[in-house]
Amino acid sequence: MGRATAAPTAPREPGRVNSPTPLAFRPLDWVAALGRATIGLCRSTGAVALFALTGLSHLLRPPFHPRLFLRAFLEIAWFSLPVVGLTAVFTGMVLALQSFSGFSRFGAEGAVANVVVLSITRELGPVLAGLMVSGRIGAAFAAEIGTMRVTDQIDALTTLSTDPMKYLVTPRLLAGILAMPLLVLVADILGVMGGYLIGTLKLGFSGPAYLKATLDFLQWMDVVSGLVKAAVFGFVVALLGTWCGYTSRGGAQGVGAATTAAVVSSSILILALDYVLTEAFFAR
Amino acid sequence: MSEAQAPDTRTPKIRLRGLKKSFNGKPVLDGVDLDVMPGRSMVILGGSGTGKSVTIKCILGLIEPDEGTIEIDGRNVLTMSRRERAAVLDRTGMLFQNGALFDSLPVWENVCFKLLAQGRISREKARQRAVEALVDVGLGMGVGEMDPASLSGGMQKRVALARAIASQPDIIFFDEPTTGLDPIMGAVIDGLIVDCVKRLGATAVTITHDMASARRIGDDAAMLHKGRIVWTGPAAELGHTGNPLVDQFARGEREGPIAMELRR
Ligand SMILES: Nc1ncnc2c1ncn2[C@@H]1O[C@H](COP(=O)(O)OP(=O)(O)OP(=O)(O)O)[C@@H](O)[C@H]1O
Ligand SMILES: [Mg+2]
Repeated sequence: MGRATAAPTAPREPGRVNSPTPLAFRPLDWVAALGRATIGLCRSTGAVALFALTGLSHLLRPPFHPRLFLRAFLEIAWFSLPVVGLTAVFTGMVLALQSFSGFSRFGAEGAVANVVVLSITRELGPVLAGLMVSGRIGAAFAAEIGTMRVTDQIDALTTLSTDPMKYLVTPRLLAGILAMPLLVLVADILGVMGGYLIGTLKLGFSGPAYLKATLDFLQWMDVVSGLVKAAVFGFVVALLGTWCGYTSRGGAQGVGAATTAAVVSSSILILALDYVLTEAFFAR
Repeated sequence: MSEAQAPDTRTPKIRLRGLKKSFNGKPVLDGVDLDVMPGRSMVILGGSGTGKSVTIKCILGLIEPDEGTIEIDGRNVLTMSRRERAAVLDRTGMLFQNGALFDSLPVWENVCFKLLAQGRISREKARQRAVEALVDVGLGMGVGEMDPASLSGGMQKRVALARAIASQPDIIFFDEPTTGLDPIMGAVIDGLIVDCVKRLGATAVTITHDMASARRIGDDAAMLHKGRIVWTGPAAELGHTGNPLVDQFARGEREGPIAMELRR
């Protein structure tokens, strides 16, 4: 608009002077916007990648901060257990119910145990745990580090002979990578247990038969792929949580925005990476 | 620095030349020149928002200036490697304007954070050391075990001061050390800062709005105005320097060159 007034006014159709130019008539603006967005995306992707590499490189260089690692590890693996465990149990129960009622249409009720264990270990265990942890831990990391940023605590670390990346980011990244598989392993077991409860108490399977069907059918690869996914998701949650906090600015509002960004971006990235990893593990 | 003193030919501890910094196109520092001699205490004065904190953060490497040089002991810190710069920071202490205490750690760990980070002290020793440091700033038993968030603003300030000087640094920066303290505690803290400089032989740079405090703490004073240092001289002269800007500021008068610029 500003450019249009500065330049000699181009003749326009009478009667349309005040109406905004239709967007479709200005394709170059669309291209420019797309280009701007792409450059922005590339730039922030590059910055996040550099941030991740710097964070991980501190794993090789002392001093280390085992205390901080332990705290983050407990926060993820232990204090997230109630939330993630409940999610897993209910998901297993729902899966058993749904697959039973769905499969009975073509007489395949016997596959319930198999469906439950496969869905949980391969997909729902890691993905749901990832999403839950992103809401719990990613948000907490972003809020805590973001507050430290806007209250000068990160600058204070630098003046106190401590590298803030090493102190704040590295222990959390490592904890994310190591704690999530553990958490997901427990979630897998609880999820299968949820299916078992519904299967035996409500759907009339015999307990030993249900367990036998579960274990016979399960392959190592199912569990391992789920745990690898868990490690990747844990890394993503920790990375985006710390990144959004570390780069936040602008007081309480900035910290709020950083927290939202951490949860939204890590949730989406988890779902997208889940597809990529599934493709890598199971596509023929 | 001023004609009253014998000319000092030593290398300045801190030497700023042509320091410039703007934020979003708005210039804050516009060519700051400043020398701070070793073992002396420099007070920086200036209106709110003139860039005093930014100047100090530039010296510490927390903000990258757009232009200019920053020398510490005659060496430009802006061209140093990260490792050399970290070594300079190891000998430096800083009291942040808002305290910037780590709220995830108890007070005693805050106070001895640098000593612990440098591995100069064990955790048990650090606990005792912190209690002594806290007594020095007028905080009694029990404060060491508390959370920083549960302290009053003035108490946080004093903890932050204890943290800044606990590692016995060579160069110490105090960003408004006595703001938010009662007058007596302010005088105690001033005494502590003077003590630090005299006893440890440290070089201190203090930002303050409190003229009584400036005269007590400072050997030299400098006035920052519109992005430049417009005056330097002995701190004892504050209030009757002959420079209208400084005199108005030091006496806290409404009428004068600064107020006129505000109105325009
Ligand atoms: N990180 C930043 N981003 C944008 N602007 C900033 C930033 N830091 C400082 N400024 C701006 O620089 C100017 C100087 O800030 P500074 O904190 O140095 O003021 P000050 O002299 O310490 O004031 P006071 O006495 O109130 O503490 C202000 O106008 C502030 O808005
Ligand atoms: Mg300030």
